Amino acid sequence: MSTHVVINGERVAVDGTPSVGDLVAHQLGASAPDGRGVAVAVNSEVVPRGAWASTLVADGDHVEILNATQGG
Amino acid sequence: MTSMSNDAGPMDPAANGPLTIAGESFNSRLIMGTGGAPSLLGLEAALKESGTELTTVALRRVQAGTEGSIWEMLQSNGIRALPNTAGCFTANEAVLTAKLGREACETTWVKLEVIADDTTLLPDPIELVAAARILVDDGFTVLPYTNDDPILARKLADVGCAAIMPLGAPIGTGLGVLNPRNIAAIVADATVPVILDAGIGTASDAALAMELGCDAVLLATAVTRAAEPVRMARAMRHAVEAGRDAYLAGRIPRREQALASSPTTGRANLDLAL
Repeated sequence: MSTHVVINGERVAVDGTPSVGDLVAHQLGASAPDGRGVAVAVNSEVVPRGAWASTLVADGDHVEILNATQGG
Repeated sequence: MTSMSNDAGPMDPAANGPLTIAGESFNSRLIMGTGGAPSLLGLEAALKESGTELTTVALRRVQAGTEGSIWEMLQSNGIRALPNTAGCFTANEAVLTAKLGREACETTWVKLEVIADDTTLLPDPIELVAAARILVDDGFTVLPYTNDDPILARKLADVGCAAIMPLGAPIGTGLGVLNPRNIAAIVADATVPVILDAGIGTASDAALAMELGCDAVLLATAVTRAAEPVRMARAMRHAVEAGRDAYLAGRIPRREQALASSPTTGRANLDLAL
């Protein structure tokens, strides 16, 4: 079975019951393995980095995975 | 307190020291934003040449396969990241974005932007003050991007902002300091550092902002979109230093009539041969 979530505006089916950490790793690939410079919100609530591994996402959750980028 | 206090020079001996915001000191009074640079490498070179110790970053969705990480680049150069809330139209959006910036950049500092629309990019003063109040209460060090309105600046200081960042001109216009008297009035009234933010086009604009008594200048596209960004970064560094020195030195008063600098006495009588 899989969990259907919306990551950065795109509907995604993920195997099992993923944690926020799983989704970050999936989204970042190898570019920032420790997740520094990255922040996550699930349903408009910030999930602190320390809680990524223990926070599981559910069907229909909206996940925003952001990083620091160029900007004035 | 006078609206033209810049003519009289600074009165505060602490003005000779470094820029201090919320108890933290910076030797450079140029804060260079990272927006508008076509490449990370070019940006890095310009940032280094500018001498900046603090730079703004935006929070955006992670995109796979993008070149390098600006976070790592800033870390490796020892430049502190100041996350912004660019693109937010409401206090609620800005507060959430500030919290995400706190997570991503491991800082409680935020450049608070709440704009009214996509056309003018001008701050929405009502949402801005509301967001500032919430963030200050939540423990953030808030640096708000604001209009060049002395009363709004005072309100932002009253809710506990750590600095006031009035625009010189709308974002990205390069029109310079459109209302120097308002900027001078904000400086004269300020209880926290004043950082001229937005509108800088070239070095003389940055120098003028500093001559008006601003504590620092924040600019991005004036450098990143210049034909030679590294050269312009250097020009801005010199301009900010020159403007600060001119402010500290105390400019001469403006006069309506000419005043000779050579002695008027002891002149030879040289009209005999004419």
